[in-house]
Amino acid sequence: MSKRSTSFSARIQSIKDGDTIIVGGFGLCGIPEKAIAALAEHGAKDLTVVSNNCGVDDWGLGLLLANKQIKKMIASYVGENKIFEEQYLSGGLDVELVPQGTLAERIRAGGAGIRGFYTPTGVGTPIAEGKEHKEFGGRTCILEEAITGDAALVKAWKGDSFGNLIYRKTARNFNPLAAAAGEKTIAEVEELVETRELDPDVIHTPGLYIQDVLEGAEYEKRIEKRTTAQV
Amino acid sequence: MSDARERIIQRAVQEIEGGMIVNLGIGMPTMIANHIPADKDVFLHSENGLLGIGPYPREEELDPDLINAGKETVTVKDGGSFFDNAESFAMIRGGHIDLAVLGGMEVSENGDLANWMIPGKMVKGMGGAMDIVQGARNVVIIMNHVNKHGDSKIRTSCELPLTGEQVVSRLITDMAVFDFTDEGMVLKEVLNGTDIADIRDHTEAAFTVDSALAQKEDSR
Repeated sequence: MSKRSTSFSARIQSIKDGDTIIVGGFGLCGIPEKAIAALAEHGAKDLTVVSNNCGVDDWGLGLLLANKQIKKMIASYVGENKIFEEQYLSGGLDVELVPQGTLAERIRAGGAGIRGFYTPTGVGTPIAEGKEHKEFGGRTCILEEAITGDAALVKAWKGDSFGNLIYRKTARNFNPLAAAAGEKTIAEVEELVETRELDPDVIHTPGLYIQDVLEGAEYEKRIEKRTTAQV
Repeated sequence: MSDARERIIQRAVQEIEGGMIVNLGIGMPTMIANHIPADKDVFLHSENGLLGIGPYPREEELDPDLINAGKETVTVKDGGSFFDNAESFAMIRGGHIDLAVLGGMEVSENGDLANWMIPGKMVKGMGGAMDIVQGARNVVIIMNHVNKHGDSKIRTSCELPLTGEQVVSRLITDMAVFDFTDEGMVLKEVLNGTDIADIRDHTEAAFTVDSALAQKEDSR
């Protein structure tokens, strides 16, 4: 069963105006840069984008912002982006800020068929307003609901033609969670191999979550904060 | 580095014991890492999915796939591991992190913390702070004792929106160390050659003085 494809623009056509898209990555680390570029080209608008951050002004999800394709952003931290601030302050962009662990778990739950869960995170803060509170063993928790997407865009290091994925270092981050929570998940990899070539013992994302797998060429992998040892 | 900042970091690093699993917040807390003595075998947790943060890389080691929660390039130490964000926060909420050191904007006398938003300013987001303050076994806040106008950042109650209620275990400022106990906020240490009266003058919150500390000051 091969899910290999070669055209990002062809695969991204299934994304429609108004869709909810879950996008892997943390900052600019491990973002699906080829699929984001194809989506910017494709132009689908009024998107709800779920991702930990929103890229920077000229890279990553910042490209979709600059195109005004995003109607609503669900994220834990959006501080690296001036266009974001402008659109938010002018009322053109709706924002839902979610604590990072709650965001990760909401996406995980979405992929795992758990419709909601109780967590102590956010109790007593503006995040808890309007949410059901319940006590467990003397600890107050709030009810948080799962997130699923019409589509998910993820990036891995290696993949095979069934869509089995292996991530590299901290580029894993939200990618395995997003992969499972998308109705249709497009995975891009740096190296795409045949199914027998990946050791089943080291696969992070089993291929059943993936609908399309593509090899991207010449990844930019921009570094957001280049810090080196002082010698 | 300013004297106040240096003093806070030097005091905060003493909170770290060998064998601990520690999460350091972005900004000033991250700087503590450089001061941990090499003989203390500590594993630093980074909420983007890394346990065992190593030093900043040499130029030839730079790897865009290896960053900390502040999005800085780092290395991984021997024994380190990578995982996804859901597992990373399962570690945090599940009580597997011994100590978290975070920055603060305001701390109240009952241990409430505000450190993520100022109304009227662009909100950048809370990142992982709300999860960390609920989940880490000990939460140490480091911050300047007063703001740039000289007003106490240690309040009767926080004015800013909270990050968590009654979550602070210990507060380290450039003037003092406080613990938050069932009996309220307790002054444990006086730093920077100041005295208890001076700390009272600069602290809006009500606190008691640890008996050992009070005796020491009486006998001066």
